[in-house]
Formats: sequence, C-alpha cells, structure tokens
Amino acid sequence: MLKFLGRRLVVAIPTMLVIATLAFGLLHATPGGPFDTAKRMPPEIQRSIEAKYHLDEPLWRQYLRYLNDLAHGDLGPSFQYRNTSVNELIRAGLPVDAVVGSLALLTAMLVGGLTGIVAALRRNGFWDHVPMFFAALGISIPVFVTGPLLILVFAVQLHWLPSGDWRGGEVRYLLLPVIALALPYTAYIARMVRGAAIEVFTSPFIRTARAKGLPTRTVVLRHALRPVLMPLVSFLGPAFASVLTGSIIIESVFGLPGIGRYFLTGAINRDYTLVVGITVLYGALIIAFNLLADLCYAWLDPRVRLQS
Amino acid sequence: MNAAVLPRPARIAGQWRQSWERLCRHRPALVALALLGLVVLLALLVPLVSPYDYATPNWDELYQPPGGGHLLGTDGLGRDLLVRVMWGCRISLLVGIAASLVSVLIGVLWGATAGYAGGTTDSLMMRIVDILYSVPFIPLVIVLTVLFGRSFLLVFVAIGAVSWLDIARIVRGQTLSLKNREFIEAARALGLSNTTMIVRHIVPNLLGVVIIYATLTVPTVILFEAFLSFLGLGVHAPLASLGTLISDGANHMKSHPYLLTIPAVFLTLIVCSFSYLGDGLRDALDPREQR
Repeated sequence: MLKFLGRRLVVAIPTMLVIATLAFGLLHATPGGPFDTAKRMPPEIQRSIEAKYHLDEPLWRQYLRYLNDLAHGDLGPSFQYRNTSVNELIRAGLPVDAVVGSLALLTAMLVGGLTGIVAALRRNGFWDHVPMFFAALGISIPVFVTGPLLILVFAVQLHWLPSGDWRGGEVRYLLLPVIALALPYTAYIARMVRGAAIEVFTSPFIRTARAKGLPTRTVVLRHALRPVLMPLVSFLGPAFASVLTGSIIIESVFGLPGIGRYFLTGAINRDYTLVVGITVLYGALIIAFNLLADLCYAWLDPRVRLQS
Repeated sequence: MNAAVLPRPARIAGQWRQSWERLCRHRPALVALALLGLVVLLALLVPLVSPYDYATPNWDELYQPPGGGHLLGTDGLGRDLLVRVMWGCRISLLVGIAASLVSVLIGVLWGATAGYAGGTTDSLMMRIVDILYSVPFIPLVIVLTVLFGRSFLLVFVAIGAVSWLDIARIVRGQTLSLKNREFIEAARALGLSNTTMIVRHIVPNLLGVVIIYATLTVPTVILFEAFLSFLGLGVHAPLASLGTLISDGANHMKSHPYLLTIPAVFLTLIVCSFSYLGDGLRDALDPREQR
C-alpha cells in the first residue's frame, strides 16, 4: 500500500514538472507581455514594474524562481489583478466551482446510475431505447447549447428562475447551472452504467443468485450494484478534478465567479502566473483524484491488488 | 459462387463486404450515415446555389423570421441564416475530419512503432503517452489559440495533435496482440516478406479499429472546435463555424430564439450522427463483436 503510494508519487512529480514547464514555456514564447498596453508607459515605470515581477531577469532565472515558489505552494502574484496573488484568486473562485460541481456530479450519479441500471434490466425494451436515445443526445448537445436553452425556457419565457448570477449560492440561482452541468455527465454515466450492468447481469454469479430464487431487487441491490458501480469510480476521479477547476462555459453563460472565468480572462490578457497557476492546479487535482480513484477501486474490489 | 476457388485478394474483399452487410443491418447507423450525407450535400451545394452570401450585410432585411424569402431567416446584419449555417457546417466538418486525420496519423504511427519495437522503446513511448494524458489539454489549447492568434489552421492542428493519445494506445495494444497471433506466425513461416505481411495481414486488422476510433474522434473534435468558437477563439468573422453561430444566437435568444436553435440543431445532428455511425461501425468491424 505505502509502496504503491510512493511509486505513484514518484511518477507524479515528473508529470507535474512537464505540466508546469509546458505552461510556463508556452506563455513566455509569445510576443507581447502583460504590460504592453495601447498607451505607452514611461520607460522608467515600465522598467520598475518589470523589476517588481522579475520580468527583467533571464528566462531561466524566472523559470527556476517559479519552480521554487511552486514547490512551496505559492503560485505567485497575478499580473492582471494588481496586489492580488493567484492563490487568493483561486481561493475566491474554488468554493463556487466546488458547490456547483459536486451538486452536478451528485445529480448525474443518481439519475444516470438509476437510468443505466433500469435500461440494462429492460434491455432492448422501451425503457432501454428511449432513455439511451436521450443519453446519446445528452452527449452530443454541448453545454453551451443547453445552458442558453435552459435560460430561454425557464428564465426568459416562464420566469421561474433567474437567468444567472451567483448571490452567495442561493438555491434559486444554483438550479440552472447545476442542471446544465449535470446533463452531459448524466448521459455519459447512464451509458457507462448500462454497459457495465449488462456485463454483470449476464455473469455466472448473478445467474446463481437468480437460480436460488432471490427477487430481482435483492439481486440488483445486494449482488450486482457494487461491480456495476466500479467503472464509475475511475470516471469520477478526473471528472471531479475538471469540475473543481471550473467549467468555463457554465461560468460565462450563467455569470458565475469561478476559476474558469479567471482562466479565460487570464489567457486573453496574458496574465502569465494566473494561467500557469490554474493549469498546474488542474494537473495536480487530476493526479490526486486519479490516485484517490485507484485507492477506492482497491477498497471496493478485493481482487484488485495495488501494484504498478 | 464457390468461395474456395477464389484467389486470395477476393477473400479480403469478402471480409469487408461482410462488414458492410453487418453495417447495413445496424439501422441507427444507416440513418446516421444518410443524415450525414444529406448535411454534407447541403453544406456543399447551398452556398453555391443560394443568391445570398455569408458575409454581405443587408440593412433592409434585419432579423427576418424563418420562412419567406430567407428560408431560415436572417441575422442581426441581415445575412441569410441558411447560407451562414451551411458555411458553419462546412467549417465544422472540415475541422472535425482534418483534425481527426492528423490525430489518427500520429496515433497509428506512434502506437504501431511502440507495439512493434517492444521492450524499452515501447515502455518509454507509452510512458510519454501516460504523462501527456494527465496534461490538461483544454486549458493548453486555449492558451495556444490565444498565443498564436486565432488561426484556422492552428485550431485543427492543435486539436489533432492532442487527441491522438487514445488511438496510440489502442493501436499499440492491437499490434502487440497481432504480433503473436498464429496467422501471423503462419504467414512468416510461409516466407512472406515484411511488406506483404503488413499490407495483407496487419493493416486490415488494424484498419477496422482505426476507422472506428477515427469516426468517434470526429464528433469530439467538432464539439471542441465549437467550444473554442463559442469562447471567441475560433474562426475569424465574417466567416462563422457552428460554434460562433451558436454563440451569436445565445446573445440574441431573448428576442430571436431561432438564431440559437437552428445552428444548435445542425451541430447536434452532425455530432449525434457521427456517434451513432461509430457505434454501428464498431459492431460491423470488430471481429469479436460478431453476433
């Protein structure tokens, strides 16, 4: 167990290094710095600002400085939001994404899981074809279509819900973004669970359970559920990492103050440290949640041994 | 006709014909194929036939509703929506297919090399794929498009270059398992040259999988391009991809909802058709899936 964790961490460090280097290198390869504005600044002010952010140093010094700060968990100052550090920006945005993201994934797991199991039980019947058609649609319709459509129907025409804004996470303001974000995940989970459930339902141990006369409900809940949900675990790891760093689309459609918005404006305004910081955070979260998913997997399935 | 008397090449053709027949029995895939054909045909023909073009504003005909002189209405600059949507379909399909080809090419070469070489080369190459897997690509592509300008070429090279990982893994696995199969050994024992073996035996066996994954890569790429365009990082105005049209439509949906729904329907149609076609091809081409 400890050995497994150790080996995974040894692989994680070069991966993080690659992510940080790629992001850092790309941003610095560009023409135009963060302080190139249309209005020309006096050269001495320009120089003093560049000195403050160490932009006057050779690139390799900036890179080493960045890596050193990173190792201490410091993502540096933001270039665009003066006097604010990237850590502070992330701390401000993360709760929004955490609330919307976990609610959406929870909804997706419940609805998608249930749909998938029902579809597998009614294989090739009405309750299989119709939900699976909608699941195919749900995967094909991007969030930037469903988001505006939800606003159009529920906010503009029916006036039931507000069309956007955050207001400290009031339930009325949460509903639409959570639904919009949950839709594609629900569709994906439903398809995945259906596939896994069909495989499990046709396996010998379920036949045995049926043969000894157990009712379907007991067979499903007691015997089939756990192996059916196994593939979900490895899917949810990266999914959780990606909702935590914010859905750019959801945030811009519904006007939520999350990390994704900072990322987009940062990329457009060449806010080096902010963009690199969020990218590194995303990479770190992916690695962490994948590891967590593997541990959960081993915990759920005693046959899995933690190796390689 | 007696199959046993036929020369060898016909045997391979027969395999493909069988797949085609299996595909024909997969009704959703056939419908998807027909719809895709229709969209491609419309996208090619409508801009040629229509009296309107996608760029010229017409101040006398702003926000015409669908029907009448303009079949799908006009946008806020009086441009014919049908022509603009068809141009959007052209761009989305072109980006989708071109980027998928790039990713398939890289993926097949990388995967096959790793699989053939084996040993240290293999594990090193697959290690690189593993590392690239955990690199956050959506942010990276956004950064790339911001950095190097919103170049049309860059968008699909960037997308193609990052979506080859799955194909590389699959092709490597296939190559590994093919390398040790009996029929390959038999072919080698018969003294076939390497080239003949690759062309006759390896490629046909890889081709099925590659076609399936290429078909499934196209919709992901189209969605990704639409996503970039929605954020304003895609093609330049006045040219518009489906993503740009949807983004414009979302801004005007309160007064003119058709500007959002019509391009959205076409995007969904294309993406959905490609996924169903991919499913059908999987059933038709995957030899293990024979029912």
